[in-house]
Amino acid sequence: MSGLAPTREVLTNGGTVIAKRTSTTPAVTLVANVRAGSVHDTPELPGLAHFVSRTIDRGTDRHSADELAEQLDNRGVTLSASVNRHLLSLACTCLVEDIDDVLRLVAEIVMRPAFPAVEVDRRRGEIITLIRQDEDNPGAVAIETLMSMLYGTAHPYGRRLRGTIESVERVDRQMLQQFHGVHCAPTGLSLAVVGDIEPARAIGAARSVFDGWHGGTSAEVTDAPLPHQSGRQAFVVPMMNKSQTDIAYGFATIARQDASYHAYWLMNNILGQYSLGGRLGDSIREQQGMAYYVFSSLEANLMPGPLVIRAGVSPANVVKAVGSIDTELRKLVESGPTEQELIESKQYLIGSMPRTLETNMGIATYLQTVELFGLGLDYDVRMPDLLRSVTQEQVHEVARRAIDPDRATVVVAGPFEGTLT
Amino acid sequence: MAALEQTAQSAPGIREEVLDNGLRVLIQSVHTAPLATVWCWYRVGSRDEIPGLTGVSHWVEHMNFKGTTNIPRDQIKGIIEKYGGYWNGYTWIDQTTYTETATRDALDRMLFIEAERMRSCLYDPADCESERTVIISELQGGENDPEQLLDQELTATAFRAHSYRHPTIGWLSDLQTMTRDDLYGHYRRFYAPNNATLVIVGDVDGADAMRDVVKHFGKLESSVTARRASTVEPEQLGERRVTISKEGTTAYLKVAYHAPDVKHRDFLPLLVLDAVLSGAKGVNLWASFRTAPPQRSARLYHALVNSGLASAISGALLPTQEPFLYTISVTATDGVSLDRVETAVITELERVRLNGITAQELRKAKNQLRARLVFENDSITNIAHQLGFFETIASWQMYPTLSQHIEAVTVEEVGRVAADRLKPTSRTVGRFDPIR
Repeated sequence: MSGLAPTREVLTNGGTVIAKRTSTTPAVTLVANVRAGSVHDTPELPGLAHFVSRTIDRGTDRHSADELAEQLDNRGVTLSASVNRHLLSLACTCLVEDIDDVLRLVAEIVMRPAFPAVEVDRRRGEIITLIRQDEDNPGAVAIETLMSMLYGTAHPYGRRLRGTIESVERVDRQMLQQFHGVHCAPTGLSLAVVGDIEPARAIGAARSVFDGWHGGTSAEVTDAPLPHQSGRQAFVVPMMNKSQTDIAYGFATIARQDASYHAYWLMNNILGQYSLGGRLGDSIREQQGMAYYVFSSLEANLMPGPLVIRAGVSPANVVKAVGSIDTELRKLVESGPTEQELIESKQYLIGSMPRTLETNMGIATYLQTVELFGLGLDYDVRMPDLLRSVTQEQVHEVARRAIDPDRATVVVAGPFEGTLT
Repeated sequence: MAALEQTAQSAPGIREEVLDNGLRVLIQSVHTAPLATVWCWYRVGSRDEIPGLTGVSHWVEHMNFKGTTNIPRDQIKGIIEKYGGYWNGYTWIDQTTYTETATRDALDRMLFIEAERMRSCLYDPADCESERTVIISELQGGENDPEQLLDQELTATAFRAHSYRHPTIGWLSDLQTMTRDDLYGHYRRFYAPNNATLVIVGDVDGADAMRDVVKHFGKLESSVTARRASTVEPEQLGERRVTISKEGTTAYLKVAYHAPDVKHRDFLPLLVLDAVLSGAKGVNLWASFRTAPPQRSARLYHALVNSGLASAISGALLPTQEPFLYTISVTATDGVSLDRVETAVITELERVRLNGITAQELRKAKNQLRARLVFENDSITNIAHQLGFFETIASWQMYPTLSQHIEAVTVEEVGRVAADRLKPTSRTVGRFDPIR
């Protein structure tokens, strides 16, 4: 097998390690994922998974928060803990000489966090501040409102990742420990080690620190009810202290495992990505000069994720910009992509693979995507043909399936008090 | 074809040549991926602007993506994308720069684009008008962010005379009134080979790449570029303060001190001091490696975040051609007053001003900076950025030796710089006090 050809090994406890050697810098990137994302939050206590991500690295059974900080800071290492819908992720880059020490600390944090009460209270204040900052950010307000309208609060994708001030105030140490105990399990561990280290040595080092870990068998959430949506829905969040208005416009679409994923990927690239934002960028930014940013993004996840169009416009242009989005979408649904557009987007996406896989973090992120969706270790080799085989008609077909302005959900947040249809 | 004025191999692996039209070319072969990157740098930024024309450099940068004599407006899109490539540009106080990164076979096209951009952009009046609203939209998007708004006010308060005082994006009224001829005039005054540095890094052969450079740039004529006006900022004689009262949810504090330029002997000791106070960031403004600094054992993190007063702190010392600012930024925890936050920040800064740092802190800061300088060179795009960035503000040769100069910084030097640079009279305090 040519291409990236990473080495993958499943540990005796069910955890997975994927390693790839690179030699650009004398450094190694580690990304440790566990299946402890916000899908496991309950509707009654949104934000618990996020709270775990803000406290998991603040002390273990062996080291206090200050000791962990000292050990990592002394090596110039920033350990970033984050959470998304499905994954709790710990990521960092260290010098090769520090890999054994840093991997040991990362494993300790994943397996045996202590959630000291004093740290829980400190981080609670930080999380509440983050929520308050989001409330004052038109972009964040627009996207959170869109997700809640598209998915509803019964669906995990419809809930705010950081929860609410009220839910965050109720979280205690025991809840964090319990969430960790249930959802952070070796069977859900995926560790990527990418850098100037032989894969066999990386896997050996991972085995020595993770192999003794047992317990917890968290079931992945892969199904949730979508609210019925019969017509177009629009919502305005007036934020009159702001200068610019953010638009979030979207649809629920497909899961990553869907057979038509590559057609969706190309459709999204043509619509709102290629060059300066695809057709949307051509119309709204280049031709009409209405927005500094406009693009679309497709988040095909373990469950059907959204296709979202985003734009930042002056309040005077909100109605016109939403109208232009409608127009571009209708054109794509009616006529599909041109042959030239499809050729260009295929060339771009295939050609951009070496860039995507240039840095250690780029490779590690890619390997974790491959692992999460079960794409196969040779996906980078197969991907060009998967894209090449997509036809113009297939892209047109997915545009018809995914897009219907008459069933769109449209949210506007910012200094705008008008009405939207 | 232009003759080469000078050929040098001034540092291992980096080829430096100057065409006889004045274009400086830096080439480094890096064969770790089948990619090449080009950065084309100009010595023009918002410091070169006068009242009425603030924001012109940045607007010119936007216009330089809109068609040239030999690249029709509608054919720009696709030249680099065909090779899976990425392109972009940015403008800041000292510089304007353009970049492409794509598979190595795109090198000729990247150089073609940059040569066209240097002398042959169109500035169609309709495109200038259309871009006016795009840039005003960019400005308004920035104003949505209270921290950015505060940063703008703080800088304008800290500087009285130097043109670093106005924001790179410009003031709104200038963006509303500037004309096509203002833009085109600025472009012609500053865009010439003798005011530029071209950097190529990647899976290329140095001699082949140089031939390609000469093919595209050799015939461009040099010109008399505008003199970079420079006012020396008079010494600040007392603390300055600015408070923004605006609706919002969160309070922010920024404390700035006048900082040395990148060539000043105080720059690296202050970089070390910043690492002690807020964790090391490295010196790459562009790096894809832009994770938060290792800061949980840093002094300000301890004093503010671990005490619950703040939810986030950061420090910023950026390499600039002339003296700019060293800024501490703090996000107050919800419910905590800015008075308490400010007292805690000033207490820590006074402590380090009066007592300096310890040998242990120095060692940790150096470890951090050494690691960050490795991490931020993780791609050809980043490596090329650093060479061009340093050449534009000082000399590219500063960059490869940065680590060893940081290693030579002493506890005493950091102490002296803390005492000299963190004087209360040199301080500007900015507050965003939200009206809830």
